[in-house]
Amino acid sequence: MDVDSETPGAPESRIYVDQQGRWKHLYNVLSKRGPFTDDDWNPGPEPINALEHSKILGAGGLGCEILKNLALSGFKDIHVIDMDTIDISNLNRQFLFRQADIGKPKAEVAAAFVQKRVKGVNITPYVGKIQDKDEDYYMQFNIVVCGLDSIEARRWINSTLISMVDEDDPLSLKPLVDGGTEGFKGQARVILPSISSCIECQLDMHAPRPAVPLCTIATIPRQPQHCIEWAHQIAWQEKRKDDTFDNDNMEHISWIYNAAYERAQQFHIHGVTFQMTQGVVKNIIPAIASTNAVIAASTTSEVLKIATSCNPFLANYMMYAGEEGVYTYTFEAEKKPDCPVCGELARKMNVDPNMTLGEFIDSLGERAEAQLKKPSMRTEEKTLYQRFPPQLEEMSRPHLGKKLADLIEDGEEVAVSDPAYTTTFRFRLHFK
Amino acid sequence: MTDAFPAALTGPTSKERKYDRQLRLWAATGQQALEDSHVLLVNSDGPLGQYNTGVTGVAGVETLKNLVLPGIGGFTIVDPAIVTESDLGVNFFLEGESLGKSRAEETCRLLKELNPDVEGYYYVKRVEELLTDPDFLPQHKLVIISGPMRRSTLVPLTQEAKQLGIPVLYLHSVGFFSTFSVQLPAEFPIVETHPDPESTQDLRLLNPWPELVAAAAGLNNLDTLDDHQHGHVPYLLLLLHFLEQWKHSHEGNAPSNYKEKTEFREFVRSQARTSNPEGGEENFDEAAAAVLKTITPFSLRSSIREIFEMDQCRQLSASSQDFWVIASAIKTFHASHGVLPLPGSLPDMKAQSADYVSLQNIYKTKARQDVEEVTATVRHLESQLQRQTPAIPDRDIEVFCKNAAHIKVVLGRDIPQISIDSDASTLKTIRNELGVPDSLIPIFIAMQILDSVVDEIQSSSREEERSVDDDALWNSHTERILALLTGADGSAVCQEARAQIARASKELRRAEGGELHNISSLTGGLVAQEALKVLTRQYGPLDNTCVFDGARSKSEMYRL
Ligand SMILES: [Zn+2]
Repeated sequence: MDVDSETPGAPESRIYVDQQGRWKHLYNVLSKRGPFTDDDWNPGPEPINALEHSKILGAGGLGCEILKNLALSGFKDIHVIDMDTIDISNLNRQFLFRQADIGKPKAEVAAAFVQKRVKGVNITPYVGKIQDKDEDYYMQFNIVVCGLDSIEARRWINSTLISMVDEDDPLSLKPLVDGGTEGFKGQARVILPSISSCIECQLDMHAPRPAVPLCTIATIPRQPQHCIEWAHQIAWQEKRKDDTFDNDNMEHISWIYNAAYERAQQFHIHGVTFQMTQGVVKNIIPAIASTNAVIAASTTSEVLKIATSCNPFLANYMMYAGEEGVYTYTFEAEKKPDCPVCGELARKMNVDPNMTLGEFIDSLGERAEAQLKKPSMRTEEKTLYQRFPPQLEEMSRPHLGKKLADLIEDGEEVAVSDPAYTTTFRFRLHFK
Repeated sequence: MTDAFPAALTGPTSKERKYDRQLRLWAATGQQALEDSHVLLVNSDGPLGQYNTGVTGVAGVETLKNLVLPGIGGFTIVDPAIVTESDLGVNFFLEGESLGKSRAEETCRLLKELNPDVEGYYYVKRVEELLTDPDFLPQHKLVIISGPMRRSTLVPLTQEAKQLGIPVLYLHSVGFFSTFSVQLPAEFPIVETHPDPESTQDLRLLNPWPELVAAAAGLNNLDTLDDHQHGHVPYLLLLLHFLEQWKHSHEGNAPSNYKEKTEFREFVRSQARTSNPEGGEENFDEAAAAVLKTITPFSLRSSIREIFEMDQCRQLSASSQDFWVIASAIKTFHASHGVLPLPGSLPDMKAQSADYVSLQNIYKTKARQDVEEVTATVRHLESQLQRQTPAIPDRDIEVFCKNAAHIKVVLGRDIPQISIDSDASTLKTIRNELGVPDSLIPIFIAMQILDSVVDEIQSSSREEERSVDDDALWNSHTERILALLTGADGSAVCQEARAQIARASKELRRAEGGELHNISSLTGGLVAQEALKVLTRQYGPLDNTCVFDGARSKSEMYRL
């Protein structure tokens, strides 16, 4: 690369750089060629125009940071989806919310705040789930950026955006920028639906924590967490089955805490606390402002680069860990030909032929490569198990007790569906 | 029901609920340390020439945002700048009405809105003026400086902080690049390093104490146990039991190398009952899986040995910090027992509740005894030294004993600079890094050139119109910095390295010294993370420089 060359296009684009203007710093960068920009990139009006005419969708728990960053990246048309209402425990990091906002919808409060603070930006909130919206809705955006806290929602938006890709229409390809955090750690990734590695390709990098076996919880607790799980999964069912358990209800949590504490005393187990009870029951993940800032800004920086081409965007994964210094690892995650969502082939899965279909179905929730909680499945010839409609459920139920070896051939392909996702997952089952 | 356990039943306070997600990371002690901290942000140091209002200070304000939210005690912003239109396009903690007002005052006001528990102050001055008051700097637990800053301000500020033992973070965020360095006191000890729980297990299977030996001896009837009991013997006891058997057939020696350990593992595995419906036993699987990791003699990590050998540990005085007094007591413990105090925690394992709890008690009791022994040594040292400070809290000794194998002492270094009086090792590290392909060190060097350019603009007495993007200035300072990087053998920086530095400078100059919000927000997150670790004295702080490249989405750490 010739680093001393003049920057073509720069002089005439100077008119966009109002030295006293609000966007001076941003437009400076967009109006000059850098050493890493593509040779055919035109600085100045083009990227600035792209910024002003892009429609961006933001969603999820990193929403406050994402909205602020998009607004201060010069985007003018931003939409935000969030189903949650503001809880006191959000205030340590979600900086657009105040004590007086507790109970209000996050999307609306955040949108109003940023729109008021940053002149000229338009933010449209939608209070609800990303799953409420259809392809027509997602088609209007140029880029989708997500800081969702559930893997289920991530997989849903991933498969939805992939299914929207029409090879003859480049505008149907919506880059997905995803970020997630846990404590001092996090990751940011860029997904070009159907072109690069997708969330589903990378699913086994985010394996679920193994659940405590039910017999431990029911009969031989050893840890305070086992006592809490007992109170949550067993005692509540026995004593209060008429009340629907609500993990935001303080009285409910207190009841679980009491029951767990009592059980722990009985078994001479120490360490059940209210904080731990809440953590186990709500599956709380530690979260702090600084990690959220790092990850949210990584994602929005990529959005800015994708929208304006002012620098190359992330290809395609950056992980971050802050416990010990500042550690990042940037790499290209692989697009898997047997990805159930973006690949052509069914994914290989080793199974024990002596396992019953029921056991196999239960195991899919925890298997890193599947993580499906309510699967139904069929082979090309027959239905193996179908949860819905009820008649079909009843008809297919007897299969649950049968061994896999009696239902399918070694190496046969099964199609698995789950109410949480719109796609069908294909697995090729190999007996081991 | 409430009467049965009154003490335990109080729910969380509203403060605990607000901070719940972070208390799970640094606990009440870390939170208290934060609340006791007042942080100083020096966010700019006056205009850069006639047409540039100076450092925009967004990364500094974003850092404070991430410290105000988790609840530091307070902050002070020092910033002489007045809010201009271009500030509004990059700084979220300013609003339309802020135009023309003091930036320190406005950012302070809007940051305070984030958390009513935090106090905020500001000075519309250059920090130089404040340093004339000797009581100013000592009020702060941490100093954050937004660069580039002229050397005549930076050096006295960082030197005074160093003398006072106050940590400093010096940061730059320009265009797509950012860098920051931490200046810690000469020795910065950390007890609660939060190592991965997997790596901290210390089960002492090769040197069990009498109570643990006795517990394992109770297994002589293993064959007579029914299937249920057999399948619930804690794997730890299984390993101790089979180790004894192994020793009998191996001249009293435990398996000591990889080959023997894998043989031992197969031996353990072969002892599982397979005639049951499950075709195996989970506790035996756990035992086999644990062999390689747990059948290892205790050895003192070299980092801990180094701490024991440091002068601060060997030569205690009445003014020694608590850390060194406890470290010295632990060293004595190690000298007499050949091991560190037992941490006392036990991993979960397949077992009956009562068996697990009694095994857990054997570990806890031993850990408690070790703490008592160390405490006695500490008390003895305290009286011997005639310390004037309050007695070291029991809890601190206990926490130290639990973490003894993972304590850490960071040897603080000055904020690195490329200048005539730079530390020789800093320059050497930079030179060596220049040979590494894809290194981010050229970004650090470009940032140093920017510092140097700014230094000249701000120190020049002439009323010249020279911008931070002045070609002549950049060329002359690039040559000056490159000359400083000439090798000890007189070898100049090679062409490829020069080209890399030129590329980094070109990307930097695209922004003409200005900030991009994303990069400053990200940098504010990283810098706040370091501030939190330093203030809570938990986890591992950066040692000592981080470079973030937002063009290529990656970062590196360097010890400069
Ligand atoms: Zn895929």
